Amino acid sequence: MINLRINGDMRAVDVPGDMPLLWVLRDILGLTGTKFGCGIAQCGACTVHLDGIPVRSCLLPVGTIGERAITTIEGIAETPNGAKIQKAWLDLEVIQCGYCQSGQIMSATALLNVTPNPDDADIDAAMAGNICRCGTYVRIREAIKQAAKSV
Amino acid sequence: MFDATATRAGPTRRTFLKAGAAVGGAFLLGFHLPSAMAANAETTVFAPNAFIRIDRQGKVTLIMPQVEMGQGIYTTVAMILAEELDAAFDQVVLEAAPPNDALYANPTFRIQVTGNSNSVRAFWLPLRKAGAAARALLVEASARIWQVDPATCRTDSGEVFHDASGRKASYAALVEHTAGLTAPADPPLKSTANFKLIGQSLKRLDTPDKVNGKVIYGIDAMPPGVTFATLAACPVFGGKVGHVDDSKAKSLPGVRQIVVLDDLVAVVGDHMWAARQGLEALKITWVEGPNAAVSSDDVWKQLRAASEKEGVTARSVGDATGALSKGELIEAAYELPFLAHATMEPMNCTVHLTADSCEIWVGSQVLSRAQAVAAKITGLPLEKITVHNLLIGGGFGRRLEVDHIDKAVRIAQQVAAPVKVVWTREEDIRHDVYRPVYRDRLSATLSGGRIVGWKHRITGSSIIARWLPPAFQKGIDIDAIDSAADIPYDIPNLSVDYVRDEPPAMPTGFWRGVGPNNNVFAIESFMDELARKAGKDPVAFRRDMLGKAPRLQAVLDLAAAKAGWGNPLPPRMGRGIALQTSFGSYIATVAEAEVDEAGEIRVRRIVSAVDTGIVVNPDTVVAQVQGGLIFGLTAALYGEITIDRGRVQQSNFHDYRMLRIDQTPAIEVHLIKSGEAPGGIGETGTTAAPPALGNAIFAATGVRLRRLPIDRSLLAGRKVG
Amino acid sequence: MTLSSNGMLIRTGILAVIVIVVVAFFWFVVGPGPLDFAGGKTVAIAAYSGANPTGVPVEFAKDDLVTRGRYLTQAADCQACHTTEGGLPFAGGRAFKTPFGTLYSPNITPDRETGIGTWTDADLLQAIHQGISRDGTRLYPAFPYAAYTYLADADVLAIKAYLFSLPAVHNAPPANSLAFPYNQRWLMAIWSFLYNPDQRFQPNAERSPEWNRGAYLAEALGHCGDCHTPRNRLQALDNHRKFAGTVVQGWRAYNITGDQDTGVGAWNNAELTSYLSTGHATGRGTASGPMAEAVDLSLAHLSATDHAAIVAYLRSVPAIPSPDLPAPKAEPAPAAPKLGTPAGIDSRGQKLFAGACAGCHDWTGVSPLSPLATLTGGRAVNDPSAANVAQIILLGALRQTIQGVSIMPAFGSAYSDVEIAALANYVVARFGAKPSAITAEEIAELRRMQ
Repeated sequence: MINLRINGDMRAVDVPGDMPLLWVLRDILGLTGTKFGCGIAQCGACTVHLDGIPVRSCLLPVGTIGERAITTIEGIAETPNGAKIQKAWLDLEVIQCGYCQSGQIMSATALLNVTPNPDDADIDAAMAGNICRCGTYVRIREAIKQAAKSV
Repeated sequence: MFDATATRAGPTRRTFLKAGAAVGGAFLLGFHLPSAMAANAETTVFAPNAFIRIDRQGKVTLIMPQVEMGQGIYTTVAMILAEELDAAFDQVVLEAAPPNDALYANPTFRIQVTGNSNSVRAFWLPLRKAGAAARALLVEASARIWQVDPATCRTDSGEVFHDASGRKASYAALVEHTAGLTAPADPPLKSTANFKLIGQSLKRLDTPDKVNGKVIYGIDAMPPGVTFATLAACPVFGGKVGHVDDSKAKSLPGVRQIVVLDDLVAVVGDHMWAARQGLEALKITWVEGPNAAVSSDDVWKQLRAASEKEGVTARSVGDATGALSKGELIEAAYELPFLAHATMEPMNCTVHLTADSCEIWVGSQVLSRAQAVAAKITGLPLEKITVHNLLIGGGFGRRLEVDHIDKAVRIAQQVAAPVKVVWTREEDIRHDVYRPVYRDRLSATLSGGRIVGWKHRITGSSIIARWLPPAFQKGIDIDAIDSAADIPYDIPNLSVDYVRDEPPAMPTGFWRGVGPNNNVFAIESFMDELARKAGKDPVAFRRDMLGKAPRLQAVLDLAAAKAGWGNPLPPRMGRGIALQTSFGSYIATVAEAEVDEAGEIRVRRIVSAVDTGIVVNPDTVVAQVQGGLIFGLTAALYGEITIDRGRVQQSNFHDYRMLRIDQTPAIEVHLIKSGEAPGGIGETGTTAAPPALGNAIFAATGVRLRRLPIDRSLLAGRKVG
Repeated sequence: MTLSSNGMLIRTGILAVIVIVVVAFFWFVVGPGPLDFAGGKTVAIAAYSGANPTGVPVEFAKDDLVTRGRYLTQAADCQACHTTEGGLPFAGGRAFKTPFGTLYSPNITPDRETGIGTWTDADLLQAIHQGISRDGTRLYPAFPYAAYTYLADADVLAIKAYLFSLPAVHNAPPANSLAFPYNQRWLMAIWSFLYNPDQRFQPNAERSPEWNRGAYLAEALGHCGDCHTPRNRLQALDNHRKFAGTVVQGWRAYNITGDQDTGVGAWNNAELTSYLSTGHATGRGTASGPMAEAVDLSLAHLSATDHAAIVAYLRSVPAIPSPDLPAPKAEPAPAAPKLGTPAGIDSRGQKLFAGACAGCHDWTGVSPLSPLATLTGGRAVNDPSAANVAQIILLGALRQTIQGVSIMPAFGSAYSDVEIAALANYVVARFGAKPSAITAEEIAELRRMQ
């Protein structure tokens, strides 16, 4: 049994330690908000937080997480920056198909966690790992800036 | 409310959309009464047609005939219905239509299909009429109760008012009084001046659940007892399974079953990880079949040879042959590569098959076909096939196919439990139906700074012939010639012909932008070449030939003005223009690009001016153009699928690249106010970006790009002065 | 002074000159043998007081011949060279692009037409010890017979028994495409005369059994020097700079002498053992390219005692510094993307890193996903030639290790030379001790070598 702290709850899962967190979240725990996109950390759709830091869950062996707190898209509203980002996303209608947006929101929230007032270069560095096929990048950039300004 | 029989939630049961509409399901049929309501005092639901349902509690349910894949169509359809119904928009609940061509067929295609950027175009009048008819019935019901002339009543936000007497009634209260009323066949529609919703950038209804992980895509379906599978089809198209050594895979923890079919092998496990590990542990010998030696070289050789043949004439005006024989003949050929769709949601389909029923959870752009393919495989009648059409994590034409459903149902035939079949990204890229390769040969003659002779030969696969055979008539693929036969420029002598050439090995399919992608790229690139030959500015050259296309001329002027066309740029930077009249919309696009000495490209800015007729939701239109432009830039800068030994060589985002945020230019979209019928918008940006960019690169470097994706080596070391 | 004494003097002088020439010839042209650094006296195996350093580890001694042969085949890493990517093991055909043309490894499965199915024991011994094929033609030293010559006859025959136990694969590799004069195989006879001692391993009487086992593993079986020892102009190993590192097929094989800063002198035994057995040592980096292959196909399969023996042997190799390499930077880069990269670095590198690399390798260089993906402290990122960083970006790595699957995608096909050069230089500047300046032209050259 592996014990995980996910969105504030303790969850015990009986899975191999090398199983990526992504599939534990989706297939074992039913937390399907975290998405499978590429499986090789190239698209960012599977991004979750470990202690507030963005991590690609598709390659993260669940056995290596230990005590670190996992936050997924289902729990991000409980964090101040997560709530701000979600609101800006809706205010600016960032989203189209939405499939990549869980990952985008997780990456954007993590950016605000360390850089409260990001400039374009900060946004590029933090968000370039998240692919959006619908092409919502222009609005993602605007929404991050708006969220940063909001109180 | 959530219909438990239609969708069983998994470990975490959750709702769909805001108020939790059922996700498809055959139960809707029970509510549908074609036109007349039964004379029954017990009437609890007012359902005047297949799109609207109002219950006695006042819940207004709008049935979505088109699928939501990011284009905002749920909100747009709801706005159109609610506009004519005069419903309170913040209280409507949306529900996906079940498979049913009789009720929900796209009026253009006669089957349920979301594609070709035509949802608003096709449903604009039918939905308005549906809303208006419902409103007329509610007015009639209240007028009867109040014994007044219906013409003296008005409606607003879900209520009927009789101002003279100061009376009003909510739609909910009127439900039971609609019994026995007959809907008018041709209800009066609102004048556009009276639109309250249409034309406003209302908030999308699908997005609130997309910021918190609650939304359910096909890949998120979790019926009770679900198992997880992933598959490998023969890497060579048309190949079969030879031998499978599953000794190692079977012994892996979590692996339940190895399914070996004629053309594919699947591993079923307790979770996707086990299935994937199992698949990797299989030793599969393939019988590769006739395509085992095909390479991209073969594809191009065949296509180029085919493009030398005479095609079937798609359009002929004046005397093209005569006009082309006078003066300098300018010729060029343009080529486009195979492209994969690479939707962010990899292909997937969940199936629960029992002896007498089949339940499917999937995201599909062709719902009735999804149902039909399952019926065909299982031998079950259609009514035993339930399809839950979930939201789509990217369609772009990929989900106009049902191959993922076909494969999942065949796998499910071997599996006792519900099985969710998820493709790896590698499988998704390597077993797509690809945007075909095209070759366009263009020739023209000029006189007095104008085109006098024009010949355009399009050579490529006919997707229509496979996908919608009745529409393939007399050797002409109406999609392949779209935006070429109806070229907007005033050219006195022109000829457009089409050569159908099916590439070896590779299946082809619709890809965002479809036929116009190819034609707009070729035509607008060639127009730039001709402008240069004519010694004219590319904007002025085009403008002079738009006498018969005032809407296009207007967007050209707007885009040129907003982009600062003609203002000087630093060295190595250039602007390019592209026009199009595709999908019923008129668009002019100016791209601004910079090319460094190594040949690397930076797209700095894109300005599009758009006349798409009446705009239902301006913000959605802008979003679609923005996204479409980025989709097109990705293709122009990176997109190419190649094959070697019959196998697709690309596999994932490291070798099939996508534009990322740091490469995204500033994008401006300017809408023109119009009272014309709405045009299509979802694919327009995609067709606009490549030629605009190619022309900008030409302006920056003097290098003409006639193939995509852009070959940096042609631009490297280029001295500009 | 008499005539005779004069003549004596002249003769002595001539003799002295001859001696000097011969000594110089052997010193500069032939050079020392791979084990000469150890000094001391070598003895016949039978005369050695310790355990026999050849064969399989004692715990496998009772296994049947084929099983022992498999161990030795792995230890000799035959598979790496005799298998194409995605091809059947030992069926040959792998291309070796050299400056003189392309060589293809032969099929060594027991197929009678295209493999070695008709070879006798003597045939194989002659090939392995002397570099002479069954038909008498000379083999190129890309086949490391100057190392394999040290293999005991019994070990060669065990390897043969194992190879002959495998399924025969009918596969005729392409013919070599060497230009004149390199296509003259007989010239290899001269090369062999100079550089192949044609002698079996003899234990060093003054060294421990563990050292001697390590020497046998590293020199006779593992042929470490074939990559890690620089070559002279005649393509023979220059053991004056034994294990000091060199470039092979565009990959840099690093210094594995005891040098503190640029060799493995600062690595502890556990780190060396971990690297040999898993291709990874925390804080020291992860094997890639040919070394990853050597680990996965060969070293990882050796016993713990054999790993320890190799480590003991490596420790005895004299330290030689690599003057162009800095001491690796051990501390991670800053977490903030804007910090930690020297000015003047092509900004494209950072953008590419942000999009394609940071998700796995992190801005710090310490991967949150897998220790195998940690860049910090690794030798490739501390190599100002950026050769291996560029190679890894181009070719990627897919490794199945006991620590799990490690996937590094190959970016070569979709990223331009300019982009890969910019990215490699960014990675070295950010995570290494000294910046690099690899060019797009050099990336193009690396591609040509593939």
